[in-house]
Amino acid sequence: MTWLPQLSPFTIVLIPMVGALAIALTAGSTRAGFAISWLTSAAFLVSVWGLAGPVVSGEVVEQAVWELLPGMAIAFSIEPLGMLFALLAATLWILATPYAIGYMTHGGYSSLARFFACYAIALGAAAGIAFADNLLTMFVFYEILSVSTYPLVAHDGTGKAKRGARTYLALLLLTSIGFWLPAMIWTWAATGSMTFTSGGIMAGQVDPAVGAILLILFMFGTGKAALMPFHRWLPAAMVAPTPVSALLHAVAVVKAGVFVVLKLAIYIFGLDYLKTLWSTDFVLYVATFTMLVASLIAMHQDNLKARLAYSTVSQLSYIVIGAMLATQLAAIGGGMHMLMHGFGKITLFFCAGAIYLASKKTRVSELDGLGRRMPITMAAFFIGAMCVIGLPPTGGLWSKWHLVSGAYDSGYALVLAAYLLSTLLNIAYLLPPVLRAFLKPLPAGESAGIKEAPWLCVIPLSLTALGTLVLFFLAQSGFELMAGIFSGVNG
Amino acid sequence: MTVLGFFNYWVVVILMMIGFYCVIARGNMVKKIMGLNLFQTSVFILFVSAGKIVGGATPIVREGVEVYSNPLPHVIVLTAIVVGVAITAVGLALTVRIQEAYGTIEDDHLGDDIDDEED
Amino acid sequence: MTLLEFMPFIVLIPLIASGIVALLPGRNLPWLVTLLAATASAVIAAVVLPAAISEPALSYPFGNWPPPFGIEYRVDAANAFVALLVSGMAAITLLWAPKSVASEIHGRLGTFYALFLLALAGLLGITLTGDAFNVFVFLEISSLATYTLIAYGKDRRALLAAFRYLIMGTVGATFLLIGIAFLYMVTGTLNMADLAERLPELRDNNAVRAALAFIIVGMGLKLALLPLHLWLPNAYAYAPNFVTVFLAGTATKVALYVMLRFIFTVFSPDYSFVVLPLSTVLMVLAVAGMFAGSWVAMFQIHLKRMLAYSSIAQVGYMVLGVSLATATGLTAAFLHLFNHALIKTALFMAIGCVMYRTGSAKLDDLRGLGRQMPWTLTAFALAGLSIIGVPTTAGFISKWYLVLASIEAGAWWLVVLVLITSLMAVYYIWRVIEAAWFSERPAGAAPVPEAPLALLVPTWLVVALNFYFGLDTRLTVGASMAAADALLGSGAGLP
Repeated sequence: MTWLPQLSPFTIVLIPMVGALAIALTAGSTRAGFAISWLTSAAFLVSVWGLAGPVVSGEVVEQAVWELLPGMAIAFSIEPLGMLFALLAATLWILATPYAIGYMTHGGYSSLARFFACYAIALGAAAGIAFADNLLTMFVFYEILSVSTYPLVAHDGTGKAKRGARTYLALLLLTSIGFWLPAMIWTWAATGSMTFTSGGIMAGQVDPAVGAILLILFMFGTGKAALMPFHRWLPAAMVAPTPVSALLHAVAVVKAGVFVVLKLAIYIFGLDYLKTLWSTDFVLYVATFTMLVASLIAMHQDNLKARLAYSTVSQLSYIVIGAMLATQLAAIGGGMHMLMHGFGKITLFFCAGAIYLASKKTRVSELDGLGRRMPITMAAFFIGAMCVIGLPPTGGLWSKWHLVSGAYDSGYALVLAAYLLSTLLNIAYLLPPVLRAFLKPLPAGESAGIKEAPWLCVIPLSLTALGTLVLFFLAQSGFELMAGIFSGVNG
Repeated sequence: MTVLGFFNYWVVVILMMIGFYCVIARGNMVKKIMGLNLFQTSVFILFVSAGKIVGGATPIVREGVEVYSNPLPHVIVLTAIVVGVAITAVGLALTVRIQEAYGTIEDDHLGDDIDDEED
Repeated sequence: MTLLEFMPFIVLIPLIASGIVALLPGRNLPWLVTLLAATASAVIAAVVLPAAISEPALSYPFGNWPPPFGIEYRVDAANAFVALLVSGMAAITLLWAPKSVASEIHGRLGTFYALFLLALAGLLGITLTGDAFNVFVFLEISSLATYTLIAYGKDRRALLAAFRYLIMGTVGATFLLIGIAFLYMVTGTLNMADLAERLPELRDNNAVRAALAFIIVGMGLKLALLPLHLWLPNAYAYAPNFVTVFLAGTATKVALYVMLRFIFTVFSPDYSFVVLPLSTVLMVLAVAGMFAGSWVAMFQIHLKRMLAYSSIAQVGYMVLGVSLATATGLTAAFLHLFNHALIKTALFMAIGCVMYRTGSAKLDDLRGLGRQMPWTLTAFALAGLSIIGVPTTAGFISKWYLVLASIEAGAWWLVVLVLITSLMAVYYIWRVIEAAWFSERPAGAAPVPEAPLALLVPTWLVVALNFYFGLDTRLTVGASMAAADALLGSGAGLP
């Protein structure tokens, strides 16, 4: 894709930030705000894809922006994993933009300038995390992401929204400042470096006993990865308008969490070093526990968004497990699951929002017969569900395939069993809404006025559903892209 | 001998304690300022006695005197007295203003916590 | 003849100008002259700082009396840094002053600005002098002016706050004087450098121990170190906003400097921290201050009081750096001294803008104001990030060094404590942001326009400085390291 412009990473991070400023300044005119939102997300998409070419061909895109203190800099460098995350965020943003515009205008929301400005900032922060060259840069953007999404969660302004948003922010800040920051400082004190380096920076520098504690601090400090017991923020964030839940709490924010986990495992600890730590197993089993328990909780949620939120908690742990298995295959599987689950889950959330917009229904038990009134939406929901479960012909198959093979290779029988069990649970909580919608009759006395949501909402959700199908065939290139991470290490 | 020899220091300590007690225990603002004055005066005496040399005369150069007291502490104390007077003046001025604003200069009448006042 | 030789004029310009300003009529002319005087001081201080860092120490004997006998101004990296901070912050807050003062103080302003200049001259004098007794005199000059400035507050509680500050401040200053008296009695000198040479022989002298204790307590009072902080919240809360802004950035900082000068230069760290358990005492008080200050700040409904309690906590951070008694710890203390001045000035300026429009600093009256005064409250939020210590802000740099110093000293629990109190800062800043943006305007509240540019521009200037010094740390870190070296270096040469 050499015909696309190649901007520096920092410029790309700044595009949404500048866009946000412009949106904030157009607070009077909703139409101008929408136009700038479109423009910003398009510019972001083009510029992120513009970097994909060089990264795929193995070129290292680096940029040092500013040195705060000697050895401590705001710097960017793009490796395949970060590229993948940025591509995911950029691609889904342009799809979420029309959805958000349609949803927010038809839903009768106010303060749209603030909404779209914060939305853009969050995406810029996600890109910052994706491109970060060192822990400090990552931390900065991680916190920007937490703070910029608070107004989005609290958008309704009701007491419930504010309580949810407070839980959301409190947990994310508590974990990041309470655990992540000290771990970062400790890492710096112990190794004298904060830069992401192939093969990790800890081996030979940090005593495994200390490394084990650092791992625990980092993993629980990455609150966005939603390891239990720090997962409560994600269900709490569901009070947000659905476009937020869809793009941010199924893609940008939570994927930032697992991206950080993967990045730490591969570039700070290094997979080989990770294997020598006792706490790797500990985190592994916490993640396994989270995966299963969250699935069980999801089964009992009647509220559709809450069910999807717990499903996300569970799926995030798939990826954390992938990182903690400390094999290349599992780590690549984790990276791919980031991508596949992103497409699948955003589809599901888009559908949940479309259902709410068209029928004001929020509960699974109310979905009976809805498939006849909203066939496109429910079909997309079905495809999205298949992707999250990991059934062909969706991309979800391949990521789970690699994760399971990774678990098999490394001999963790318990994890292997948990993966399989969890997949069954996925089926148990994701298919009932679909079955109800298509197989059950409409309840008597149902108003006849329900029809598909506005096209601004339906088209994006169809496209993301289609995306999961396309990814089924493109999975190999994703695998190859990420295999590049390790080519430098093991030849 | 030792007790009497330190006579001036005993005076300093006693004055200091009386003054300090006044500042802390008295609710009346004028009395507080008086206490503050006593407290400062005790320090002045401390300085002056430090400059005293046994058998020394006042530090003015004149015929027939060989040993002088150290003049530096006197200068210092003069400055400190000026400072003390200025503080007394500002303190009293504030007391007058408080009397005008509140109608009392007794801490007890003002209530324990001025933060509770609503405006 | 270079500007360097004008070093004593850093103090003399405001001192002389105050006499002139007192006589000036009207409201604008006194301000203009005051601004010019403060700017002139700041310019000279800015010229002196690089020289003071590169050379050992600049000395200026007053009236040509050679140092041990006459009064000497002695400038090294440590006090040049503080002098630049104080005069610079004075000039910047003066830019902010006119509108704010106009809304709070009526009549001619000659006396008001003259008092301000006296306070400034006093603070700068404390900073630059090399004579222990001179410290006391300048301390009282600045304190007297400060009491009066506080009493200018519109609220009648300002009078009480000023009076209580006067009582406590005078007791504190007299404690300092007692300490100096003891030192003089055993050494016969008042010159700091001279004292530093003579004291090591008197390590076991009880009077010397008592002197250090009196000086620490006296300056602790001025510094608002925990159990001696009672004067600060009300004084900050009810003083005119301009005075609060100025004091928050400068007064406690100078007190800290004096404490450091005595602990490190006069007594030498070897004595202060080895012979006496000063490290433990200061550490305990610092940690207690960090927690108590942050804790109380979390529940304040009066925002100026909230920021005042936050200041008590921030003083705790600085003293914590000192208590570690290492070069990095001292660097952290100096960094935070500088950065906190920027942070608190910005926060108080933003609250001052709110008060200019609404006349209230209550949290409840701030509800829903975010949309009506977006620039003001955005400035508050950004400065709030700095006090929390978010990377790319000045606050982060000082916290980073503080944490680093704790790690170097092997005190992991301190790292944990610093982070916990940072989280508490998140809470008290967040309350304001939530009230401003995520609450509805109280029913019946009149719409409020944005603060005037005359207030906004200086506020944003300080906010910008917060970010500038969060990104470009060469000046602050370099000067802080040099300052720490200057303090430790002069002690290190002693047996």
